[in-house]
Amino acid sequence: MFKILAKKILASGIKLFEIEAPLVARKALPGQFIVLKIDEYGERIPLTIYEYTRDKGTISIIFQEVGKSTMQLGTLNEGDCLSDIIGPLGCPTKIEKVGRVVTIGGGVGTAVIYPITRSLKEANNRVTSIIGARTRELLILKEEMEKASDELFITTDDGSYGRHGLVTDELKRLIDEGEKIDLIFAIGPVIMMKAVSNLAKQYNLKTMVSLNSIMVDGTGMCGCCRVTVKGRTKFVCVDGPDFEAEGVDFDELMNRQRIYLNEERLSIERYRERECRRNG
Amino acid sequence: MAKIIKEKTPIPEQDPKIRRQNFNEVALGYSEEDALREASRCLGCKDSPCLAGCPVEIDIPAFISLIKERDYLGAVRKIKEKNALPAICGRVCPQETQCEQYCTLGKRFEPVAIGRLERFVADYEMVNTKDLQPITCSSPNGKSIAVVGSGPAGLTAAADLAKLDYKVTIFEALHKTGGVLVYGIPEFRLPKAIVEQEVEFVKRLGVELKLSVVIGRTLTIDDLFSEGYDAIFVGVGAGLPHFMDIPGENLNGVYSANEYLTRVNLMKAYLFPEYDTPIKKGKRVAVVGGGNVAMDAARTALRLGADQVFIIYRRSQVEMPARREEVHHAEEEGIEFKTLTNPTRIIGDKQGWVKEIECIRMELGEPDDSGRRRPIPIEGSLFKIEVDIVVMAIGNGANPLLTSATPDMAINKWGYIITDDEGRTTKKGVYAGGDIVTGSATVISAMGAGKRAVRAIHKDLTE
Ligand SMILES: Cc1cc2nc3c(=O)[nH]c(=O)nc-3n(C[C@H](O)[C@H](O)[C@H](O)COP(=O)(O)OP(=O)(O)OC[C@H]3O[C@@H](n4cnc5c(N)ncnc54)[C@H](O)[C@@H]3O)c2cc1C
Ligand SMILES: Cc1cc2nc3c(=O)[nH]c(=O)nc-3n(C[C@H](O)[C@H](O)[C@H](O)COP(=O)(O)OP(=O)(O)OC[C@H]3O[C@@H](n4cnc5c(N)ncnc54)[C@H](O)[C@@H]3O)c2cc1C
Ligand code: SF4
Ligand code: SF4
Ligand code: FES
Repeated sequence: MFKILAKKILASGIKLFEIEAPLVARKALPGQFIVLKIDEYGERIPLTIYEYTRDKGTISIIFQEVGKSTMQLGTLNEGDCLSDIIGPLGCPTKIEKVGRVVTIGGGVGTAVIYPITRSLKEANNRVTSIIGARTRELLILKEEMEKASDELFITTDDGSYGRHGLVTDELKRLIDEGEKIDLIFAIGPVIMMKAVSNLAKQYNLKTMVSLNSIMVDGTGMCGCCRVTVKGRTKFVCVDGPDFEAEGVDFDELMNRQRIYLNEERLSIERYRERECRRNG
Repeated sequence: MAKIIKEKTPIPEQDPKIRRQNFNEVALGYSEEDALREASRCLGCKDSPCLAGCPVEIDIPAFISLIKERDYLGAVRKIKEKNALPAICGRVCPQETQCEQYCTLGKRFEPVAIGRLERFVADYEMVNTKDLQPITCSSPNGKSIAVVGSGPAGLTAAADLAKLDYKVTIFEALHKTGGVLVYGIPEFRLPKAIVEQEVEFVKRLGVELKLSVVIGRTLTIDDLFSEGYDAIFVGVGAGLPHFMDIPGENLNGVYSANEYLTRVNLMKAYLFPEYDTPIKKGKRVAVVGGGNVAMDAARTALRLGADQVFIIYRRSQVEMPARREEVHHAEEEGIEFKTLTNPTRIIGDKQGWVKEIECIRMELGEPDDSGRRRPIPIEGSLFKIEVDIVVMAIGNGANPLLTSATPDMAINKWGYIITDDEGRTTKKGVYAGGDIVTGSATVISAMGAGKRAVRAIHKDLTE
């Protein structure tokens, strides 16, 4: 059993847990994730390791409540236990000194880009970050990202904070300003990663993305997480989650994320009904 | 001497029309009367040829003779001297090519139903024993062994090591114990409660289980050595699903058999939404392949509510690697066999969902390396079958997760671990067995490999 030591609410529907998981903490590196299972009935869901403290034996995760599993997770509190945490999984992000890097986080993707941003800066890159959210209330990790990078730009879709627009607008501005960019690292909704990738391609800029396909085991055993990269099938959980954006079939990935839409809806409805009955 | 009964005592089964709608076990097991009748057929041969066919060396005539004396618990104890998993073996061992193939009686009549008898006494014990005390060893020998993977190879190695007074810890990547026994083989052939009880027996021997630990990621083999283990047995199975590399395989609705069966068995998606993991329930399902895995996937699809399920196999029914019994069960339940047929592509609709599978008809040519006649496509014979789910059950390969993190342990060109005849890998102190050495094989061969490796470990650590 894995105990929740601390819980923080970062924004509406976005929460952070610090969890006791000494074995995972000992090996974790930026870019890796865990698979988490809440209880006997739970599904196995992948979540990025946001932070780890090796000597304390803890890891932190940040999750957005988008469906049954993450909503249920959100109801847990300090002192509660999770039945399983498996990891660290996936290949760690390749952290090298390349020069100037732009890291981009969209929505809860900011939680995934944060440890990468920090490591890239520690590796003596000059790091410019852009984070975006739908609206001001959903913006997370502003201070952390400010500290982790040399400069930070913020966008909101509705203009309630920072620049009114999308992260790609801000990226385009940086590119147009003419300073050389050696690497772009973009993590967020697939549609955003696709947009960044398309923009970067026009300027011949190398872009890395971290893909979030549906997973089960997270160890290469089921093939559920497969994506097409440069015409070849890859398993995100073991070959990734980081891939060079050029060549990723984003449309296929988006489509595969929709496989269980009907089931997910059913699951949430049933869950809400039960919660209502329990609380009401 | 009484007249020999020529035929095996049949095992009662659920009616095919009913069982295709539920996940309950198909074969119901012998009654006491059935077991006594079947046991009476055994000649108790002095040279016991049947023994040669059992990789875990069960004293077959001895346990059958105890059944004849109605000492069923004695019979299980006899079996468990060698085999910790009799209820599992009695159900899924391909007995016809193992012990029963060598049975004297089988030369003229049907062989003794050894597997069914093994199952009978194992089930009898589960119902009739309340004493679940640990079977602690009196004097631990001071050495500890790590076992990686809790499939049949790992469980057998662990049980045998515990009996030799080693302190044993199993590390398993998944959150449940049993390997393919829990994630692959369906409930209706091997109830998970049965697997749990046999795992319980292994635990009572003193074996410790650490679940959700991925060796190669959470810990490495060298980490285990630095934690003080004296030897390591690796039984991680062959868990890497193969695809055909034909167009359309990443469409929504295409599954690997591993994913399909894992969702249903390990994650209990057949009980969705009570359990959280979903599965797509197709109306028309195509399963590609001709082995046990394909039969299991096809019969699972039926039980999830499909109207029509097709097995698409490129050779003829004679060449199918699946057990006869399973093919027969599948036929009885109404699975349609499209043999001498090979998929060429999967066609999707505008939303990216599977709509049809395009196939080509095959004919058999000259024998190939495997000795089976090579299937050759018949030109101009393309045709389409309308389906909404496709399950690829064309085999598994070696998962590189552990081996790539252990570069000083040699693997062959397909990624399987290289060992000597006794299970020693090229890395000192590391032994391996089961599917990760041989490629996908059987439960009993994996168990035999676990047993062999334990002998080598014991020899190396005591000499
Ligand atoms: C490598 C990786 C890292 C991730 N890191 C984070 C993170 O740090 N924070 C975060 O909030 N989210 C992260 N995700 C996404 C997260 O796993 C999903 O949001 C979560 O599984 C949704 O489950 P649900 O039951 O709440 O929602 P559902 O209603 O089941 O699903 C909502 C959507 O989430 C996706 N999803 C559903 N089931 C799974 C599954 N088993 N695996 C993956 N995606 C699924 C689907 O696209 C689905 O449409 C990550 C995903 C991957 C693959
Ligand atoms: C659907 C299906 C039906 C079958 N039906 C039959 C049948 O009827 N009769 C029969 O005899 N055989 C059958 N087989 C074959 C049989 O199940 C296998 O040959 C047998 O299970 C192999 O045993 P194993 O112990 O080598 O590996 P597995 O059973 O595969 O177990 C390996 C275990 O190791 C774990 N593992 C993997 N990597 C790691 C890691 N890095 N760290 C920690 N743990 C790890 C896995 O999670 C798994 O639990 C079937 C196979 C399938 C897939
Ligand atoms: S374990 Fe398998 S091979 Fe051995 S006696 Fe039992 S059924 Fe036969
Ligand atoms: S060979 Fe057949 S008849 Fe002879 S002892 Fe073995 S099971 Fe009995
Ligand atoms: S999640 Fe199963 S192979 Fe990647």
